[in-house]
Amino acid sequence: MSEKVGVYVCHCGTNIAGVVDVEEVSNWAGEQPNVVCSRDYKFMCSSLGQELIEEDIKEHGLTRIVVAACSPHMHEKTFRGATERGGLNPYLFEMANIREHNSWATTDKAAATHKAKALVNGAVERVVHHQPLEPIPVEINPATLVVGGGIAGISAALELADAGNHVYLVEREPSIGGHMAQLDKTFPTLDCSACILTPKMVDVEQHPNITLYSWSEVENISGYIGNFNVTVRKKARYVIEELCTGCGICEEKCPRKVVDEVFEAGLAQRKAIYTPFPQAVPKYPVLDPPNCTYFERGKCKACQILCPTGAIDFEQEDELLEFPVGNVILATGYDLFDSNRIPQYGYGHLANVFTSLEFERMVNASGPTDGKIVLRDGESVPQSVAIVHCVGSRDNNYHEYCSKVCCMYSLKFAHLVHERIPEAEVYNFYIDIRTPGKGYEEFYNRLLEEGTHFIRGRVADVTDAARLPGEEGKLIVQAEDTLIGKQRRIPVDMVILSAGMEARHDSQDVSLMFGMGCDFDGFFTERHPKLDPVATMTEGIFIAGACQGPKDIPDSVAQGAAAAARVAGLVNQETVMMEPVRASINKETCSGCRLCNDLCPYNAIVFHEDQKLSEVITALCQGCGTCVAACPSSAINGAHFTNEQVFSEIEGILWDVMEHQAVPA
Amino acid sequence: MSEKPKLAMYWAASCGGCEISVLNIGDKILIVDEVFDLAFFPCIADFKHHDVEGYEDGYIDVCLFNGAIRTSDNEEMAKLLRKKSKVLVAYGSCAYEGCIPALSNLTTKDETFNTVYYENQTIDNPNRVVPQVETQVPEGTLTLPSFYNTVKSLDQVVDVDYYLPGCPPEPEQIWAVLEIVVNALLNDGPLPPAGSIVGAGNVAVCEECPLDKNVKTITQFYRPYEIQPEPGLCLLEQGLICVGPATRSGCGALCPQVGMGCRGCYGPLEGVDDQGAKMLSAIASVVGVGDSTDDEFELEEMIDNVMDSLADPSGTFYRFSMAHSLLERVKANGNGTNGGEVK
Ligand SMILES: Cc1cc2nc3c(=O)[nH]c(=O)nc-3n(C[C@H](O)[C@H](O)[C@H](O)COP(=O)(O)OP(=O)(O)OC[C@H]3O[C@@H](n4cnc5c(N)ncnc54)[C@H](O)[C@@H]3O)c2cc1C
Ligand code: SF4
Ligand code: SF4
Repeated sequence: MSEKVGVYVCHCGTNIAGVVDVEEVSNWAGEQPNVVCSRDYKFMCSSLGQELIEEDIKEHGLTRIVVAACSPHMHEKTFRGATERGGLNPYLFEMANIREHNSWATTDKAAATHKAKALVNGAVERVVHHQPLEPIPVEINPATLVVGGGIAGISAALELADAGNHVYLVEREPSIGGHMAQLDKTFPTLDCSACILTPKMVDVEQHPNITLYSWSEVENISGYIGNFNVTVRKKARYVIEELCTGCGICEEKCPRKVVDEVFEAGLAQRKAIYTPFPQAVPKYPVLDPPNCTYFERGKCKACQILCPTGAIDFEQEDELLEFPVGNVILATGYDLFDSNRIPQYGYGHLANVFTSLEFERMVNASGPTDGKIVLRDGESVPQSVAIVHCVGSRDNNYHEYCSKVCCMYSLKFAHLVHERIPEAEVYNFYIDIRTPGKGYEEFYNRLLEEGTHFIRGRVADVTDAARLPGEEGKLIVQAEDTLIGKQRRIPVDMVILSAGMEARHDSQDVSLMFGMGCDFDGFFTERHPKLDPVATMTEGIFIAGACQGPKDIPDSVAQGAAAAARVAGLVNQETVMMEPVRASINKETCSGCRLCNDLCPYNAIVFHEDQKLSEVITALCQGCGTCVAACPSSAINGAHFTNEQVFSEIEGILWDVMEHQAVPA
Repeated sequence: MSEKPKLAMYWAASCGGCEISVLNIGDKILIVDEVFDLAFFPCIADFKHHDVEGYEDGYIDVCLFNGAIRTSDNEEMAKLLRKKSKVLVAYGSCAYEGCIPALSNLTTKDETFNTVYYENQTIDNPNRVVPQVETQVPEGTLTLPSFYNTVKSLDQVVDVDYYLPGCPPEPEQIWAVLEIVVNALLNDGPLPPAGSIVGAGNVAVCEECPLDKNVKTITQFYRPYEIQPEPGLCLLEQGLICVGPATRSGCGALCPQVGMGCRGCYGPLEGVDDQGAKMLSAIASVVGVGDSTDDEFELEEMIDNVMDSLADPSGTFYRFSMAHSLLERVKANGNGTNGGEVK
């Protein structure tokens, strides 16, 4: 085989050229077999650099291109484009990474230059075995599945629906709204959370392009970008939606009360049949069988008897709904860090220690205390309040990361206490105050003027064991004040734990179901942390909001809209071209041994019982290569990663140690 | 009467099974006798080295060379027969890819001698006598061929025209190949392209195996004596190592049909550079314990436990192909010798 290879060694300014002798590498490459033209250039990715490739292809009749530059993640696409514009199939190109894998990894110039040669040589040896490949066109179903109806999911759904696309919004709880629906005021502007959220919830409900499934969960998803098939379990509400007018009589008359651990964060009770809050969307109540007298003892039926429209149906069963969508946006949000995990902070055994979400419910005008700040007895008004920052965050025992919103909401809490109980003393215990964001630092300054006491130091514990006069009957917060270098004991009536945000308890299951990744903390992994924050490594699956990492409402909304824009872009194109780097099974050499059948993480392999052959469904295959490695007969071929290509690359890289070794005697 | 074509068969490091396999083709052997003159066949007829040396180059039409290259004598004979033969066939697994003798590439010559001449339970060798290349006796110097550190396949010392796999090859396959050769010699029939593997299929043994195959997940490996396989069901699924999916068909899947997993003697399929690695990679892919929700370290331990139930992986997966594999042999480091690579 004789190919004409062109080699281009990029300086990347001084990023590469500062460490690698690019000229030497390019000269050396020019002497290697098959290489007919070799150059070094300041910025290969510039239009001038790309034109070099295009012109050389025409002038020298090049048949293969190698660019030694940065990571293929950055510019593989760019140079495939240049190769194609020069008149070659874009896959007749190979990239050698001499930046991330080389010049950025060492300061040893000689070693780096040597390694660059090896990498270039590997690419040259490989590229001569490349085969032209054609991208695979896939039609995009215009409908989108949005999972999670918090503010991020709502924003994404509305953006898409307003642009004329159909959206299925699946929400696990009885109502959409997510955590934002639980909040009272929102920092830094202190606008009422419900006032800005509920109009959006109503928009979702009324939008002709949105199908809302609340009290529902995705049970299964199969398929690939453009063509997913979704199965949703619509849990039985025991309420016939078509008949229910949302009058609330059932809830009013239901004799059974239970603690509402979800919406009220455990601070109040609800009925066995309930709508979590008055503005819930949809308005239909949900009956909770384990707590229902009728389900427990076979009698009661108060709701059914009193429902004016006969909407209660005790026989109702879960429904499984199936529908196709083209793309998915996951916006499943976060869980609040469980404060019970830090026993020394007293939550659970010291009555007047509250979590932040409990406090949000308490200060909420439509919450259980009608917005009054009171102690656990429901009456006493605290005269002193301690707010403990960073509970579960920035702590190697729990979460190393900063939850980003706690400083701001803690400041908000301080403000609300001042506002409602002007005479109360408020102490904020913080490690650092983190207020980056528009208007955030200004909000902090405002609090400084409102008379909040800021104590810099991590709280060691909260106790009711009084030692000093004035501590009896109080909660004592102990911390080292690092600014004055002293241990302090502050007696207060109420403690609020500013618990951090953590990934949903089931985020790993969700990531497995949707075939994308999550990080060690359980947050979903974006395709690129800076340049592609709402896409995932799985095509057609996007993420938005706090499921990707701690964030506040403005950021969640922005991500929701960004994910929607990404999806809308795909829907507009109608078809997308998929990478042809995929596996295929040779019918002639497949023996039907079925070793590969259970291996594919994307379920792309089917077995044809009649022909005793396995087959890879091309569109489902993501090109991971698992089956290729596993097939003991070499009947599975991984396009662009053939044995020949991989082995010649290895041999090329090992050029100086290879010297095909004769078998020792 | 015109001269009959000349046939030779020679054994290098081999067990003798290959010669028997030729005689095992039944009454077809009479046709062989009719068509060919024997030029060299030490197993069944009395020929001497100098007879062969005396032939003109290319005198032998077909030479079936079996056995691996273990000693300097094996290599010398390979070179001699190459020179004297028009068509040289690597006959059987040893000549083709090293086979059982090449498993000693997992150790060294010294270790092998230790075992064979000193440590073996049935050995009584108080004077520690071992074979020497040269021995002085009053009458002069006696010589023996030298014993190599590394066993090689035939094509690692001379050019080979065809490969006929099997340990030993199956009678129908041998006859099918002989028929093509006879037809070529007598009637100018077509010969397969040089370098071909002949007398074998292009699909894996599983294709010929009648056992039922299902999706495979293995949670424990068994050695053949440990369990009674469920009849009619793929052995690999039952945890019995069967190298069938990594092995060329052509044998008729004889072993799996009687409950013994394929050992792999027909060698790797087209496009496979290393049969052992391929099979190991396949097996490792279907170890089915735990899932991705398990703790990483526990999962690793579970997998290790399954893999520990697999006895002698290198001997199992490289039983026939060690010399020809990407490994070729182990490095001598840590192998009881002084270190450094074996030369
Ligand atoms: C105490 C506290 C106070 C805060 N105050 C403010 C503030 O003042 N200003 C501000 O900007 N931010 C504030 N935040 C942050 C704010 O809550 C988040 O930024 C915001 O709620 C994130 O929205 P989201 O849609 O990503 O997630 P979420 O609000 O958590 O919504 C996710 C939704 O998805 C649903 N869901 C989850 N899993 C599934 C599933 N598998 N299937 C179907 N549905 C599912 C959930 O039921 C939920 O409805 C505060 C946070 C806390 C803890
Ligand atoms: S039947 Fe159940 S839900 Fe209905 S009123 Fe009785 S306890 Fe409540
Ligand atoms: S390479 Fe094989 S295992 Fe991987 S996605 Fe494609 S078909 Fe599935």
